[in-house]
Amino acid sequence: MKPFRANLLVCAGTGCVSNRSFKVKLALEQEIRRCKLEDEVLVVATGCQGFCERGPIVVHWPDGIFYQKVTEEEIPKLVAEHLLKGRPYKELMYTPGEAEAPIPKLTDIDFFKYQRLIVLRNRGIIDPEVIDDYIANDGYTALHKALTEMTPEGVIDEITMSGLRGRGGAGFLTGLKWGVCSKAKDPRKFIVCNADEGDPGAFMDRSVLEADPHAVIEGMAIGAYAIGAQTGYVYVRDEYPLACERIAKAIKQSEDYGLLGSRIFDTNFSFVIKVVRGAGAFVCGEETALMASIEGRMGKPRQRPPFPAQKGLWGHPTNINNVETWANVPIIIMRGADWYASIGTEKSKGTKIFSLVGKVNNTGLVEVPMGISLNKLVYDIGGGIIGGKGLKAVQTGGPSGGMIPKELMDLPVDYEKLAEAGSIMGSGGLIVMDETDCMVDIAKYFLAFTTDESCGKCTPCRVGTKALWNILDDITKGRGKKGDIELLEEIAVNVKNLSLCGLGQTAPNPILTMIRHFKVELEAHINERKCPAYVCKELIDYYIDPAKCKACMICLRKCPVDAITGGKNQIHVIDQEKCTNCGTCFEVCPSRFGAVRRLSGEPVPPPVPQEARIPVRESR
Amino acid sequence: MSEILLQIDGREVKATEEMTILNAARSVGISIPTLCYHEALTPYGACRLCIVEIISGGRKKLAASCVYPVEQGLQVITNSPDLQKARKATMEFLLARSPDSAYLRDRAKREFGITAPRFVLAPEDRSDCILCGLCVRACAEIVGISAIDFVLRGIKSQVEPPFLKGSDVCIGCGTCVAMCPTGYIKVEHISRIAVTHEFPKIGTENISEHAVKCKVCAAFHLGPTYPKDYNRLFAGIE
Repeated sequence: MKPFRANLLVCAGTGCVSNRSFKVKLALEQEIRRCKLEDEVLVVATGCQGFCERGPIVVHWPDGIFYQKVTEEEIPKLVAEHLLKGRPYKELMYTPGEAEAPIPKLTDIDFFKYQRLIVLRNRGIIDPEVIDDYIANDGYTALHKALTEMTPEGVIDEITMSGLRGRGGAGFLTGLKWGVCSKAKDPRKFIVCNADEGDPGAFMDRSVLEADPHAVIEGMAIGAYAIGAQTGYVYVRDEYPLACERIAKAIKQSEDYGLLGSRIFDTNFSFVIKVVRGAGAFVCGEETALMASIEGRMGKPRQRPPFPAQKGLWGHPTNINNVETWANVPIIIMRGADWYASIGTEKSKGTKIFSLVGKVNNTGLVEVPMGISLNKLVYDIGGGIIGGKGLKAVQTGGPSGGMIPKELMDLPVDYEKLAEAGSIMGSGGLIVMDETDCMVDIAKYFLAFTTDESCGKCTPCRVGTKALWNILDDITKGRGKKGDIELLEEIAVNVKNLSLCGLGQTAPNPILTMIRHFKVELEAHINERKCPAYVCKELIDYYIDPAKCKACMICLRKCPVDAITGGKNQIHVIDQEKCTNCGTCFEVCPSRFGAVRRLSGEPVPPPVPQEARIPVRESR
Repeated sequence: MSEILLQIDGREVKATEEMTILNAARSVGISIPTLCYHEALTPYGACRLCIVEIISGGRKKLAASCVYPVEQGLQVITNSPDLQKARKATMEFLLARSPDSAYLRDRAKREFGITAPRFVLAPEDRSDCILCGLCVRACAEIVGISAIDFVLRGIKSQVEPPFLKGSDVCIGCGTCVAMCPTGYIKVEHISRIAVTHEFPKIGTENISEHAVKCKVCAAFHLGPTYPKDYNRLFAGIE
């Protein structure tokens, strides 16, 4: 490879691409050519840097300078300052919340500082579409080591000893799973990479596939060797066009280099990978539904046993792991089980990728050691809650997970501890909620998702999720009844216990944790018709305080349904019959007046009589 | 064929490898309520009424007996207060979807003492079709046609020909009508399902050549034997 004085690493993950990072890359290249620097500076499109909120991101290497929100217009100045004059360009640097001075270096930024990159070790460094980049970073050495120095049993032992657990959610020991499949007596076996990530607000697997597809391929090849499989499938949802494209490209490159195909590294091991694009059903992330979908049938789950390791794709033993699990494999083989097992907690080893979203300042994708506390995730890495508001809860595990209240924020994040709190690790979604979020409404939102995504095969999930949603809907609309909480709990437990697959068995988790940790809030909705967070529209009224209204006409003009009467020098009054509770008046009322009040669970005071509608003005 | 010994409700039961818990229980006269099960068809495991408690590998869990294969040394409990409650809950779910089905109402009342569910679904979420899938499986496995299947998902699931359009393969044999436990599918519907072609005449040579016998009652349901599993051919894997 030709050496360059500097590399400019342009993030080409989905977030940054949506923010025109390809245009930025093009502009950078043009400007560099214009300045005749093309022999000195290389522009590289890399995978997701994780700090998606700040995109498009450009990192200068070797200086390690982090540039955020880079636009095409800024490119000439950036090139002139940093590349020609050698002065890092301050205007595009990251400045955290209250701080005054920008932080130039990526490694000094809190969002990156506390992360530990194992799976994402190549993110933002290599071009995911160039196999040579991956190989230059020790890529495929683990496969070579496994094939030439290790027996299949040895590989399985190494993975078992590392303590790696399935990153798809259930957390089954990967080595044990491989062992079962490897012992199955069938000359034909399959392995599958589950990339059907469908949780709202989660993009871990997507990012791994986009940033480092060869790590997944290498992991799968090692797994296939250990298990004795000849064919692998990557089941990736079609809503991830960039991931589909990059994994397909990567497979093609590996085939061209002889790293996939027959007699890999001149051994007797042959292995091919095919990509199957999923049509976007959440339930297809469940392994039996996923296999049905690969076979071309409707994506509906079936009873286990028989487990996929006994009877999988087309009746042959099949081993399914998710993207992140596969991507962990090469580095374990390369650096050894002991090294891997030294990271994390007693029963949860290694790192976990989380998509940190919701009401935090720094949203994005983070990889942290298992056992990190939620506090650290939200405050140190996430930079705290937007607008300095109070944290209320964190939802882990997406729609199948549960709410963890702020009292439990010291909880170390691992499989066991999350389960104790009534939630799950899931695939790693982490949604942060602040005090303005209504937990009943949030539970209803997640349930709407699972109700919609229920495949409809088994009775408890099909009917139960909808019945639960109906009750929650009634409660958020002021139609809650005595006994609703008990009924919710009973149905939720039944759906959990009686459903056929993981979707139904976990769908009630948001409700159960909501009842467990936020019962007071739920009771307020039912007994007092009150939404303490002022979210449930039907339970809120808006009222203009006549003592504070200055008759400024702002809310009157902005009201979309003309529900506010009044005029110049005449106190404004909301017609409660016409009002749709949209909250526009509350938002536009100047804060120095603060005349519009939200009421919940209390009657709206009667409007002041017509003759008394003269605003109180302070004498100057 | 190896013999498998398991324990059902404290009784030693001998079974063979391909049997399910339900088969084994019924073979010794232990009854378990079922709904989506039919001895002539591949079990489906969807209605969850046949749920039993099993102790497998030291862990107690619930399993649908119609699809759970027998295992050596498996301990099964087919009736307990907890199971009664679980089945009652399942029946309540079923009844919430199909409150007007006479068949379901009768069973709910007789077997579980439920007269009405404690929660109601919106009218568009209700139907007399209980989605047991007997018709779908009969059409695929006995008739060999697969003119109908499940469409849509979740609470909106229903049984229809592909794309909710008329089927050009339905032969109008009426097997689905005979199979339907709630009487939701009626003979009149068949003319709607099969709108795009004329039925072949029953008894013509073309059809009797391909007729398949029901594997239980040996009666003829008319239908050509189409390849049942398209994928098996498609993928070239046997």
